[in-house]
Amino acid sequence: MPNKVKIIKALCKGCGYCIEFCPKNVFEQSDTLNEKGVAIPEIIRGDECISCGLCVMLCPDFAITMEETDNE
Amino acid sequence: MTEHIDHYLADYLRMDRFPHIWCAGCGLGIILKSYVQALYELDYDLDKIVTVSGIGCAGRASGYVNTDAFHTTHGRALPFATGISTSNTDLKPVVISGDGDLFAIGGNHLIHAARRNINMLVICSNNFNYGMTGAQYGPTTPLDMRTPTSPYGNIENPFNLVSLVSSAGATMVSRWTVYHVHQLKNSIKRGLLKNGFSFIEVLSPCTTGYGRLNKMSPIDMMRDLKETCKIRKVHPTEATIEPGEEVIIGDFVDVEKPTYSDVLNQVSRRSIE
Amino acid sequence: MSKSLLTGKHFVHGDWACAEGAIAAGCGYFAAYPITPATEISERIASRFPQLDRRFIQFEDEIGAIASVLGASFSGMKAMTATSGPGISLMLENIGLAVMTEAPCVIVNVMRGGPSTGQPTMGAQSDVMQCRWGAHGDVEIIALAPQSVQECFDLTVHAFNLAETYRTPVFLLSDANIGHMYEKLEISTREEIEIVNRKRPKASPRDYEPYLTDETLVPPMACFGDGYRFYSTGLTHNEKGYPDMSVETQDKLIRRLCDKIRKNTDKITMTQETMTDDCDVLVVAYGVTARSAASAVQMARSERIKAGLLRLISLWPFPEKKVSEVANDVKGVVVAEMNYGQLVREVERSVKPIPVEFIPKLGENPPSPDEILAKIRRLAQ
Repeated sequence: MPNKVKIIKALCKGCGYCIEFCPKNVFEQSDTLNEKGVAIPEIIRGDECISCGLCVMLCPDFAITMEETDNE
Repeated sequence: MTEHIDHYLADYLRMDRFPHIWCAGCGLGIILKSYVQALYELDYDLDKIVTVSGIGCAGRASGYVNTDAFHTTHGRALPFATGISTSNTDLKPVVISGDGDLFAIGGNHLIHAARRNINMLVICSNNFNYGMTGAQYGPTTPLDMRTPTSPYGNIENPFNLVSLVSSAGATMVSRWTVYHVHQLKNSIKRGLLKNGFSFIEVLSPCTTGYGRLNKMSPIDMMRDLKETCKIRKVHPTEATIEPGEEVIIGDFVDVEKPTYSDVLNQVSRRSIE
Repeated sequence: MSKSLLTGKHFVHGDWACAEGAIAAGCGYFAAYPITPATEISERIASRFPQLDRRFIQFEDEIGAIASVLGASFSGMKAMTATSGPGISLMLENIGLAVMTEAPCVIVNVMRGGPSTGQPTMGAQSDVMQCRWGAHGDVEIIALAPQSVQECFDLTVHAFNLAETYRTPVFLLSDANIGHMYEKLEISTREEIEIVNRKRPKASPRDYEPYLTDETLVPPMACFGDGYRFYSTGLTHNEKGYPDMSVETQDKLIRRLCDKIRKNTDKITMTQETMTDDCDVLVVAYGVTARSAASAVQMARSERIKAGLLRLISLWPFPEKKVSEVANDVKGVVVAEMNYGQLVREVERSVKPIPVEFIPKLGENPPSPDEILAKIRRLAQ
């Protein structure tokens, strides 16, 4: 099942807000580095995502987008 | 510059200039996000907006939105926006600037633009210091905080911005934070649609400056905003602000009064009677 | 219904004429702060603009006034402010912004005694260098100096035309004498007054780069609300208007902004010559001082001294070539100014090695014709 949220790796600066504040702990820190050398988050519990949109709005770098689903 | 980025807000941003220059965790990115999200949800005609900013980290915001935009001199975003607002009433100036630019060097213009009820939306990023120049203290820095120009602790009493702006005559006054993103976005929408001087103070973390110097991590600062900010419906003079302890946030004022342009039109009619 | 052009004869003071000149030029936005001896410009505008549904705002200070003039200019308005020396000092940072972002605007300085609070009600010509060099960085500006009430009107119209042509701030350097004296003013008909408007972009919004120029060095100007969604900043910027701190961009931008004016010096230069074809002694003067100089030259001629007058109407960009040409072969040059030595330095530089006698006049009045004649006589020997 595709993730409801997507990370644009090139924009991430690694602030960690998505990891910290997601109510369903969808994100976790990974060791993957983007082109700027920033360790970016990865989506590990994508099926628990409730599409609240907090990560999309809290990400200061526009690096998270949410897929449109039929429920909206 | 990164290659072309596929983003649902791409029409609202100058994505050829992304990633933006703000530090990791800086609240300004969230403020910018809330602003363009508000424009997006309102399907606002981008040709009717002029984004104006002053000098400072917040001042860089105008360079990232895909609207007519202008980056003025320090403290002078408000009179510049007044020139726009009164020259062309089809245009809505949106000023995005910082606590220092709007309340220290720009303080005089702030109180007069509010007093005149010039039609514009002002989004004030309050990060409690002068970030761009290296985290010096400013008119909103809490007492005793250490900064490079207050190495023994800040000795100045800070302003209560919403109280000040409301006393000056603003017709819409709110205080939110970059944690309270949905309410912030909704207030921005109201300010965009309102005809009058609308002011939104946004508490925001300065992660590499103020935060680092006072031993607060970015996540600490965001958590602080979540936990110490209480939403209340009070008069702005009662919207106390004790960062780290208790901060009252909310929509405090929303009234209707003739704007300066309305009054100028009345004067024009009167002058030919 | 109020008329924007008061065609006909009037007996008014210079400040009144400036205000009506702005109205005739199509100025739609005026912001200022009261200051002697320029206040009357604001007062005339305050009375006339509402009748014409134009915008007048008395700002909380001069800095706000000039900042708002820039906002109005970028919103499509012809915009002006009027002040005196202390107000110009406050405005200089935003004048630099006007130069950097290429905002057409007119700034009237009704000069008074300085420095600092000085002699508020008395004329001087001591802000000549201020308007040229006051803003930080490498800037070029245009400055015009009227010598009569008629010229306060005519040169204000012309100042707007220059501002629109070159996308630059243009100064009108009047002084307390000219600003407050009453003289005849004749306002022509609409057809007789030339009005120039800024060049608008031909490119589509997608292709438009706000600071991309052709050989004129003046970029076409989009305004807020035109659909171009452009970005302007006081930071060093590239043709897209985006901040760009590279060495190459700074070099390119500064040269273009300065050359835009410098290379058009001949087109901008305005002077008036009286009996200069055969003169042995040349007087160079501007503004109210030139009136005394004109009398002095006549008096000299009646004493069989071949004196001539070169009146500078445009002070900046300094008409070095013109001054040098007219002064060619003279025995000496007399410069009279109501200051302790400002434009005289430019004249000295331009006419070297011809000797220059300087008459500084401080404290309200222009030098008398006799004072100038005395120097002419000395040089004629």
